[in-house]
Amino acid sequence: MTKAGTTVAPAETSAPSVRLPRRRGIELALIVLAVLLSVYGYCAVGLAKNGSVPPGAAGYGAGLCVLALIAHGAVRLRASYADPLLLPIGVLLNGLGLVLIYRLDLETPGDRAAPTQLVWSTVGVTLFIVVVLMLRDHRVLQRYAYVCVAAALALLTLPILFPSVNGARIWIRIAGFSIQPGEFAKVLLAVFFAAYLATNRNALAFTGRRLWGLQLPTGRVLGPLLTIWLISVGVLVLERDLGTSLLFFGLFVVLLYVATGLTGWIALGLLLAAVGAFAVGRLEPHVHIRVEDWLHPFASIEAGQGPNQLAQSLFAFAAGGVLGTGLGLGHSILIGFAAKSDFILATAGEELGLAGLAAIFLLYALLVERGYRAGLALRDPFGRLLATGLASIVALQVFVIAGGVGGLIPLTGMAMPFLAQGGSSVVTNWAIVALLIRVSDSARRQYDGKENP
Amino acid sequence: MARYIRHAACFCTLLLVALLVNATRVQVVQARAHGENPANRRETIARYSRERGDILVGGRPVTGSRDTGEQLRYERTYTDGPLYAPVTGFASQEYGTSFLEHTEDSVLSGSDPLLAPFPLWNDFTRRRNPGGNVVTTLNRAAQKAAFHGLGGRKGAVAAVEPATGRVLALASSPSYDPAALSGNDPRVGRAWARLNEDADRPMLNRAVRQTYPPGSTFKVVTAAAALDAGVIKDVDAPTDSPEPYTLPGTTTSLTNESEGCEDLSLREAFRWSCNTVFAKLGVKVGVGDMTATAHAFGFNDNSLRIPFSVARSTFDPTVDKAQLALSSIGQYNTRATPLQMAMVSAAVANGGQIRTPYLVERTTTDDGDTVATAGSRPVRQAMYPATAARLKELMAQVVTEGTGTNAAIPGAVVGGKTGTAQHGIGNSGIPYAWFVSWAQGERDMEPKVAVAVVVEDASAVRGDITGGGVAAPIARGVMEAVLNSRY
Repeated sequence: MTKAGTTVAPAETSAPSVRLPRRRGIELALIVLAVLLSVYGYCAVGLAKNGSVPPGAAGYGAGLCVLALIAHGAVRLRASYADPLLLPIGVLLNGLGLVLIYRLDLETPGDRAAPTQLVWSTVGVTLFIVVVLMLRDHRVLQRYAYVCVAAALALLTLPILFPSVNGARIWIRIAGFSIQPGEFAKVLLAVFFAAYLATNRNALAFTGRRLWGLQLPTGRVLGPLLTIWLISVGVLVLERDLGTSLLFFGLFVVLLYVATGLTGWIALGLLLAAVGAFAVGRLEPHVHIRVEDWLHPFASIEAGQGPNQLAQSLFAFAAGGVLGTGLGLGHSILIGFAAKSDFILATAGEELGLAGLAAIFLLYALLVERGYRAGLALRDPFGRLLATGLASIVALQVFVIAGGVGGLIPLTGMAMPFLAQGGSSVVTNWAIVALLIRVSDSARRQYDGKENP
Repeated sequence: MARYIRHAACFCTLLLVALLVNATRVQVVQARAHGENPANRRETIARYSRERGDILVGGRPVTGSRDTGEQLRYERTYTDGPLYAPVTGFASQEYGTSFLEHTEDSVLSGSDPLLAPFPLWNDFTRRRNPGGNVVTTLNRAAQKAAFHGLGGRKGAVAAVEPATGRVLALASSPSYDPAALSGNDPRVGRAWARLNEDADRPMLNRAVRQTYPPGSTFKVVTAAAALDAGVIKDVDAPTDSPEPYTLPGTTTSLTNESEGCEDLSLREAFRWSCNTVFAKLGVKVGVGDMTATAHAFGFNDNSLRIPFSVARSTFDPTVDKAQLALSSIGQYNTRATPLQMAMVSAAVANGGQIRTPYLVERTTTDDGDTVATAGSRPVRQAMYPATAARLKELMAQVVTEGTGTNAAIPGAVVGGKTGTAQHGIGNSGIPYAWFVSWAQGERDMEPKVAVAVVVEDASAVRGDITGGGVAAPIARGVMEAVLNSRY
């Protein structure tokens, strides 16, 4: 702790001589901008498809605005030092996602996903407000580490009891609602990893034997961690949720590295993972197909079977070019199945172009960066690891999906945070933003000499 | 720990850079290749996403577009489809395009960069222009007269304006409705199969894509060659022509349909269409001069586009004397499209000059601004003006007191030449009836129209009388239609 303590909290800043600006006005202005941009996009879609402003534009805009303003009120009330960028980014990405889903709804007359997504967004923002209002100090979560991991494992194993959907056993369907418990498990697992590593990081880093220059932690410390991680990844492999298992692996490696700084360990882990991934890619048929598609996206065209989803996705991106076709004017619906969830980025790429896509990537990057910044500014190791873990979840997830639909890495089904259709995903992401708001509030509050009330 | 958080942040930056580089690779570097991938339906969808421009005849569209609300949204419709099919061709989602629909596709579909308000403007805005219109040179009345004159019999009509080369009529029979090929439902496939299997070949454009032996109508060319080469100096002087004429180097003798062709002058031989006289004349002119004149009229040219390509009319330059004798009366290897024979007639009417025929007057944007006009067309001297004047006289006589009296129009000067082409093995087929002509109204300064008509299954009665009896009335109808139009 000594090393970190000296770099992060220099002595002079602890004196409350200057009051830090809270920047809540900036947040409000950015939220209004985000809402206006979303409503503008909504109107643009309607004008492009039907030649008129969609009838629900005013109500939709008002709904989004009210939600965002209540969230903003909650932040003002209970997290007044929080980073002013986090909430507007969440609102903008969520709004943009609603626009894209509404736009794709117009092409699939039988399926109305946008209203459902709006309902889930409301649930998500409500959860955000609850977390911001109820969770006064993030350190409370550290106490519930084992509750979190138990809940996470329960959530992960639950879908095994339910029938598989599209080859993946990751859904539970109750009363017409389908929930993806793996999404919630991410946050819970991040809390557990952060708590466990914060408690045991010295033991992990400095005990045990050295072997070929590698510091090996004792089994007693590493064992539980490794077990939990193996269970979660194993369950996901059973459920064929490749994206999430990749995400959990990445989260584990990143947090282990940040907590202990043991590069050799990480290298070993990555090596093992690479071997494992190669073996799974060769042997597991479901994964093997994905790898083959990635290596030869146009093989099905040459075989006379027409373009597969990945080829259609690449066509969509290419059709967008630099400036895009404009909202509502693309044909990304040709992608077919999962166009509103896994492949929604292709619609963004086609209709907003490289410019729009880069903007979306930068929004995510900003969200991640603000998370890391909060982590850097905090003094308690749990908070630091929690912020890092949450930001890393967003970063890894964006990379895995965007890389997959763009042909950079093999495709693994996952939901683009906030953009993609999916209730559990939106709710989880609002929870992540809420926790980031909370830690960033703590981080900046401590400089102002005000510890948490 | 802060150091390691920074490392994690650096790692995320690398991921971000990888995503941006990959997006640039797909959206910029590979964009064109992906866009041109035949499995990518976007180009097709975009093409049919707007109304196709129209093809105009006499200021009114003969085509239209129908909104189907499907993914390939607009389908082509045709008014009087069979009448204009040899000009418009078809525009099918399933089977592509043909004729004007094909050659003017970039304008009609809106993809022509000339339709953009400024150069490169569309590349920048990625906007697609509405389809432009194609204004044809066709004369509505002449086209109708031609098609209805054929009356369902197999054959074709081509009419041009001698002074300009504007194509006034282009009819082919039997015809078909190109609307049957629009769209992509199963009926289109059935129509396509039916049209292709039809023994009468309704989709064949007989006016420009089918060559026929021109028979006696080719005597216009032979006469022009003889006059130009100085073989005939006086059209009224008797020629040294035997009857029957034994083809040089053979024992085959050539006869005439009518009596009394022996030693007739060019004028009389032309009027009564004496095979013996013209066969011997062709041999006398020689293969070199005959070929040169045929060339000048447009034979052996496969580069003619009006703007769609016209089948090559042939005059074989490698013939021996006996074959030359037959070639000179439009038999043996000599073959011509109806449009080519209309050009021959037009050259006579236009003082010996051939104007390259064309069918597209101009192209416009959807709101009528001109995009391109026909522009100046190459002119070729097919014969001396004096020769043309002589032939004009001879052709006029055919109509006033020869085999072509059925083409006479009261109050107008009409010139013509009948023809009956033998074909088939041992000339066993029903002969083709030909008539080529031109007409000049009483108030016109120059001939207004030149027409060629061919009817495949005319009648079993052999002889030039067939051309005059079957084809000449159709030509007269077309000529009357043009002379009576005032535009």
